[in-house]
Amino acid sequence: MSIRVINEKCTGCNLCLKVCPFTCIEIVNKKAVIDLDRCNLCGACIEACKFDAIVLTKISPSEIEFPKKLEEHKDVWVFCEQKNGVIQSVAYELLGKGRELADTLGVDLCGVLLGESMKKEAQDIIYRGANKVYLVDSPKLKHYQSEPYSKVLMKLIKERRPEIVLCGATSTGRSLISRVAIGIHAGLTADCTGLDIDKKERLLLQTRPAFGGNIMATIICPNHRPQMSTVRHKVMKEAELNNRNKGKIIEASYDEDTYFSRTKLLDVVEEIEETVNLTEADIIVSGGRGLQKPENFYLIEDLAKALGGAVGASRAAVDAGWKTYSHQVGQTGKTVCPKIYIACGISGQIQHLVGMQSSDVIVAINKDPHAPIFNVATYGIVADLFEVLPELTKKFREVLKN
Amino acid sequence: MNIIVCIKQVPDTTDVRIDPETNTLIRSGVVCIVNPFDMYAVEEGVRLKEKFGGKVTVLTMGPPQAEEALRETISLGADEAILISDRAFAGSDTWATSYTLSGAIRKIGDYDVIICGKQAIDGDTAQVGPGISAHLDIPQVTYVKKIEDLNADNKYMRAERMTEEGYEIIESPLPCLITVVKEINEPRLPSLKGKMRAKKAEIKKWSAKDLNLDPGLIGLNGSPTKVVKIFTPPPREKGQVLEGDPKEISEKLVEFLKNDIL
Repeated sequence: MSIRVINEKCTGCNLCLKVCPFTCIEIVNKKAVIDLDRCNLCGACIEACKFDAIVLTKISPSEIEFPKKLEEHKDVWVFCEQKNGVIQSVAYELLGKGRELADTLGVDLCGVLLGESMKKEAQDIIYRGANKVYLVDSPKLKHYQSEPYSKVLMKLIKERRPEIVLCGATSTGRSLISRVAIGIHAGLTADCTGLDIDKKERLLLQTRPAFGGNIMATIICPNHRPQMSTVRHKVMKEAELNNRNKGKIIEASYDEDTYFSRTKLLDVVEEIEETVNLTEADIIVSGGRGLQKPENFYLIEDLAKALGGAVGASRAAVDAGWKTYSHQVGQTGKTVCPKIYIACGISGQIQHLVGMQSSDVIVAINKDPHAPIFNVATYGIVADLFEVLPELTKKFREVLKN
Repeated sequence: MNIIVCIKQVPDTTDVRIDPETNTLIRSGVVCIVNPFDMYAVEEGVRLKEKFGGKVTVLTMGPPQAEEALRETISLGADEAILISDRAFAGSDTWATSYTLSGAIRKIGDYDVIICGKQAIDGDTAQVGPGISAHLDIPQVTYVKKIEDLNADNKYMRAERMTEEGYEIIESPLPCLITVVKEINEPRLPSLKGKMRAKKAEIKKWSAKDLNLDPGLIGLNGSPTKVVKIFTPPPREKGQVLEGDPKEISEKLVEFLKNDIL
């Protein structure tokens, strides 16, 4: 890909210069000049240009010639993450999407499961639509550790040659798959929110947010197989459970060397304060500086409890020590996309917005009518949260009781 | 104790605002900063050095002006800084980037701990840290929120790794690579002395030919992934403002959300 300015069309109007996040455009003799050393081809200038004077030369999928050996790669794989023997719901979401992709390509959907005594769970993956499950069952794989997991996965991929491998963009998934992609020289796209197939070219089109969701990019992996993506939790729809689905469980096992890990897991500590995991929650109620003091967080907690949701916090509230870091939503905290996000006393700095703006419904409660949070709110409430929150909690309790 | 910290220079999104009228980003005059997560990495490196002695080397791959970012880390206590810069690296994806960085780390040679931020705020991939450890074939511990214990003589470390539900306690031999989250520390401000040192410090510059790399595996050629389209996401639909006294507002909101909740 490369970018260039068509001098005949450029009027030197400065618009592109203003939007460039890398400040790499200069106006020289009334024409825009892009410093290619610094440009990362984000395309912001192209959108800003009113004269179509900047063009990005892209690689279109149809221009790419396939090395023949790519055709040896078949099937769509879903890495089914388990914790304490429980398959994580993101795996079911990927099986839903994976089924679609596999049907489009006319290949099998396969689950990959690593763990200890996971036969029953392997069957569940079939009930969720997989044609095959590759099961590697060993006490050594009971808990995720990056080395044994990545070694096993690399071996499976080399032996069976899938064309697509999907994995949840969780703390486990991202750490594991990054290592695998290096080892097998595969392309990997992080944190995808959209997956589709270019049927003509048999390519996976992977769409993902960058710059905290302010720009979207579609990425392909033309010459390497498998095409690998980690996928954001809660974006894809879960595959439905159907006990009549039939499929095959293929067990594999490896030598001790493969299972060996230099790192050792000594303990797993679940923080009890987290009654509901933020990234799993369908409803999140978040509080910010508008709460004035930490004791007032009970207003947020009450509403969250009434709704069966999780408690979030802005960076300001976390930095002030009102809530622990694990509650922080935003750029330096967690990225969430629940069905309903209720922001209370949060002004909505860009760093907060990038962590929650893909929520389905956003409710904002803030005294300041000019607070930026209202720009993304589905329902904006300009009011004193100390008056509104107790009332809201009461009303929701009544409705949910009936 | 030799510590290597990998950083990235990124556009500062704190300067990015949304234009309320057009609902698009206003990015004029955005300055570049050290990726926020990397600031925690630098701080942790400097703290380890202060405790165990040794040296902190900061490494970045980027355009020539990434030198500014490296100088900033020197003002915060880093000892040496290396800029890996070459047109040949342009268009690198995470595979090629981690390959290039691992080549530079091999050239540095002697190291006990490599520290990276958990991810960069522009690309948000979180892939380069684990990628480097895979290329170097060393153990990795991602999302570290605390180093509980580190023994430089016995070459051993114990750390808390943040997960969705809480954290894990993981032990690793050295050398190893860790990626860190915000909770690990509170980065210091540069001292006056540090700023002076940063101004004068010599920044080493390595180009592709200084590193023993396969030319087919760097830059655009070495990158399995290609960007085919970039677009701004459709703006959120314009919302509505609920008005009235707290009671009325609550009734309205409950009515709107009822279906989603039940």
